[in-house]
Amino acid sequence: MALSIRIIPCLDVTDGRVVKGVNFTDLVDAGDPVEMANLYNLEGADELTFLDISASSSDRETTLDVVRKTAEQVFIPLTVGGGIRSVADVDRLLRAGADKVSINTSAITRPELIAEIADRFGSQVLVISVDARRARTESGFEVTTHGGRQSSGLDALAWVEKACALGAGEILLNSMDADGTRAGYDIGMITAVRAISKVPLIASGGAGTLEDFAAALDAGADALLAASVFHFGIHRISDVKKYLSAQGYSIRNNRIA
Amino acid sequence: MIAILDYGSGNLRSAQRAFERSGSEVVVTSDRDVALNASGLVVPGVGAFAACMRGLIAIGGDKIVRERVAAKRPTLGICVGMQILFRDGDEYATDQLHQGVGIWKESITKLAAPILPHMGWNTVEVTGPSQLFKGIEDQAFYFVHSYAAKAKVGLSQAWTSYGAKFLSAVEDGAICATQFHPEKSGDAGLALIKNWVGML
Repeated sequence: MALSIRIIPCLDVTDGRVVKGVNFTDLVDAGDPVEMANLYNLEGADELTFLDISASSSDRETTLDVVRKTAEQVFIPLTVGGGIRSVADVDRLLRAGADKVSINTSAITRPELIAEIADRFGSQVLVISVDARRARTESGFEVTTHGGRQSSGLDALAWVEKACALGAGEILLNSMDADGTRAGYDIGMITAVRAISKVPLIASGGAGTLEDFAAALDAGADALLAASVFHFGIHRISDVKKYLSAQGYSIRNNRIA
Repeated sequence: MIAILDYGSGNLRSAQRAFERSGSEVVVTSDRDVALNASGLVVPGVGAFAACMRGLIAIGGDKIVRERVAAKRPTLGICVGMQILFRDGDEYATDQLHQGVGIWKESITKLAAPILPHMGWNTVEVTGPSQLFKGIEDQAFYFVHSYAAKAKVGLSQAWTSYGAKFLSAVEDGAICATQFHPEKSGDAGLALIKNWVGML
């Protein structure tokens, strides 16, 4: 009896559609976020994350619809990130049915936003997403913006400590070096952030083999987020969980006997 | 008809849909008569204990709950909606003690664990004759909280370990409560909701 590790698929959404190729043969419409959410739920996803990559405000409105439809059909926790700049943005998403929001650049630009959101809705709704890479900063890790293309000038560990002090409920740590490589999570980075974070830690970026998932858990991650390995069917969520269970990790069995 | 008490505690639409899966008619309401007369009343709650109590009192929800309990009308508290049924609880940030509805004369205190909140899926150990967990005793449910009750109350209990053991559900005649979110706990949660509706 223990808290289970969490496996979280992440879907990039714009204009009401899932982007990034998804090649599941058993999907009628691979671009429909609600259908994808349903499928991942059946496969044993412990939570779902939507990343809204909309460029326009009308596309963003459509995302609210997607969140609404998903929350009314899929009864597991739903996190939405992307383009959130204010308490009002958070309010709209939570009203649409999101359980948590994740913020990134806007928190770096204006850290007080973290406290404003936590004070209004509680820390439990707030995931601070940290896009970090190896660099010559004090800890050896720096925070980037714009999908890893720009340096924020912030040391990653100092930023995580500050975000936690301001009211972060959870940290989503994305390795920009490992992202998309499928060469494994950045274990050193996970270990370093775990050592200073007193809130749950979600590791992201680099998942390739089944052993990669286990290594990130050993480094102290509480949850594992991945996109392409699931979307491209390299691993099914159920297979990852079966493997981790056999290795002795506590996983949630979503099937009722 | 099931009523979900709306006192400003977050989005209740997905909770409404989850309870509708049991085949019942479900309304989200802050109306006193609707809440009092519903065959089952759900008291949700997210965020801080004190803020929830303020919201509850603002719509007379504390009196509604006491009246329903006195009349043995089925009532289900969820998450902070469970916590506020107790005598008092620590405030989220300041750790000051705040009064609850007081159905159970025990306190809500902080969890003893290095990483908080307790967030994710955890299992329960059911003690006593449970109807809520019938057929789903071995399932995991979704938790998000940093505070909980530690003392035994009610006729049947469920216990969960995170750092130390805490009370994750109570069945006490007409009144039930879960520290986890059945409406976010996938099929296991929907089964628990169905079990509760079956008790009405």
